[in-house]
Amino acid sequence: MLEHYLSLAVKAIFVENMALAFFLGMCSFLAVSKKVETAVGLGAAVTFVLTVTTPLNNLLYKYLLAEGALTWLNPAWGSVDLSFIRFLAFIGSIAASVQVVEMALDRYAPGLYSALGVFLPLIAVNCAILGASLFMVERDYNVGESAVFGFGSGVGFWLAIVALAAIREKMIYSDVPPALRGLGITFLVTGLMAIAFMAFAGIQL
Amino acid sequence: MRFLRTLLDKLEPHFDRGGKLEFFYPLYESADTLFYTPGKVNRGTVHVRDGLDLKRMMITVVIALMPIVFMAMYNTGLQAVRAIAAGATPLDNWQTGLFHAMGFDFTSDFVACFVYGSLYFIPVFVTGFAVGIGIEVLFCMIRGHEVNEGFFVTGFLLPLTLPPTIPLWQVATGVAFGVIIGKEVFGGTGMNFLNPALTARAFLFFAYPAQISGDAPWIAANFVGVDGFSGATWLARAVGNGPQALGPVGSDAWWQAFNGLIPGSMGETSTLLCLVGAFILIATGMGSWRTMAGVTLGTLGMASLLNVVSSTTNPAFAIPFGWHVVLGGWAFGTVFMATDPVSSAFTNTGRWMYGFGIGVMVILVRVVNPAYPEGMMLAILFMNMFAPFIDYFFVQANIKRRLARNAAAK
Repeated sequence: MLEHYLSLAVKAIFVENMALAFFLGMCSFLAVSKKVETAVGLGAAVTFVLTVTTPLNNLLYKYLLAEGALTWLNPAWGSVDLSFIRFLAFIGSIAASVQVVEMALDRYAPGLYSALGVFLPLIAVNCAILGASLFMVERDYNVGESAVFGFGSGVGFWLAIVALAAIREKMIYSDVPPALRGLGITFLVTGLMAIAFMAFAGIQL
Repeated sequence: MRFLRTLLDKLEPHFDRGGKLEFFYPLYESADTLFYTPGKVNRGTVHVRDGLDLKRMMITVVIALMPIVFMAMYNTGLQAVRAIAAGATPLDNWQTGLFHAMGFDFTSDFVACFVYGSLYFIPVFVTGFAVGIGIEVLFCMIRGHEVNEGFFVTGFLLPLTLPPTIPLWQVATGVAFGVIIGKEVFGGTGMNFLNPALTARAFLFFAYPAQISGDAPWIAANFVGVDGFSGATWLARAVGNGPQALGPVGSDAWWQAFNGLIPGSMGETSTLLCLVGAFILIATGMGSWRTMAGVTLGTLGMASLLNVVSSTTNPAFAIPFGWHVVLGGWAFGTVFMATDPVSSAFTNTGRWMYGFGIGVMVILVRVVNPAYPEGMMLAILFMNMFAPFIDYFFVQANIKRRLARNAAAK
């Protein structure tokens, strides 16, 4: 059992890295990776939100949205299928958890709160987070697996954004052609990082 | 010699700022400093203990690479000759034609092997160099910085990591990718974060897998369908069938792999000559012994761990440390690729961690990942990516420690 969860986590962190294998969550990945400190903060926030929302959405889906999910309320509702509103429902629960994180950061880490700026509320529409919930539905995970998968995806994103931020901090010594400065070179760096992450592609767990 | 100096001096005004050929100044400058030390020298006392510049550094690495270059030529020929002796037919190409025209035959004679091998190595080498230097000079002229010797080592390293049968246009494409996307977009030598030679190789590996992976490309002879002869690299055999396929560490087969007389990428096979190279690099201080020791420790740890864990379905778990280090590109990568001072970690403690990570990753990719038999290239690229973060971590720790020490002193 433990082995199963462990391989699930490793797969989510490395083999199917949200940022560098699926290229999800790119907007905050590219925008908030100028400094390692803020990148660490954003990574932590994303990891937290993923770990909370993926199992939460799993429960939502299993007991409210999926076809026949409402039978626990009334056996006659077996044919009701609400899965068409899962996007709305998932985004709603994600937005709620992001709100909690935002309030907590505002209260306990105001420096990080202002450094993250608009990207903190934007986590709510970070596609890595919605993506994790949708993958969870597609792969039919249970609650425990969803939690591990969400956590693993978050750690993978964290790892990738921190590595990118460190590279970009080091790049102040580089002499990038003017036309490529800023976002352009960051795209190139992301692509090169994805090549290096191919080391894990193909691992069967 | 005076003639040369006068000539260069006479030409200089044309290349100076405002001259007619200002655009080509980097070309003039590189030709000048190739023959003479730069004219601008410090007067008075300076805090310099050693006039080490990029040129001397790169030349030292190239000297350390020289035995491997010759080995690459010899071994490429030798593997072809051995395959032909086992029943394969020579490839039908200009190399074979020229080889016969020069009066040689496919015998295991040293000179014949060397000549046949160099007919494969030298075109790859020259193509890579011509394209790489061309791009670099062009970038220097457009961006107005000096031509430096960064490509010199890359140009030696890349052909050594390629199979002998690789098409030359692929070499050119790979070098172009490695030099432009791997290095020049960051501003040139010393400013990139991935090893350019490995970036080029990774590009070729993913773009044209048929010519750089599998069993066929490693021997320059046509051996498909020959009974009882396999062109597979020994690493692929060990990963596929377990170490029993090769015999115990210390056997004749192991010594053959250690000396490098096995099929593989042209320059990666000889662990012995990589050790010679490592000695030169460490003695002259060009390569970090910490990185090399870190890689060795990481490999030892991970290989032993997998030996102990063992697996009933994957025979590669049983490959011992002793075999891992003589197969594939382990030795070459450890000595020449991982120690690249630009893309590796900068801090001394960081180098241990960086090396250790490479060691762990290479075994993971070789053993656990069925997609690739060899993992050295991707392991090094992967740790190149994390080297800046490792440095960041240790630099921050250092700052905190000093602050604490100063606070305690007050």
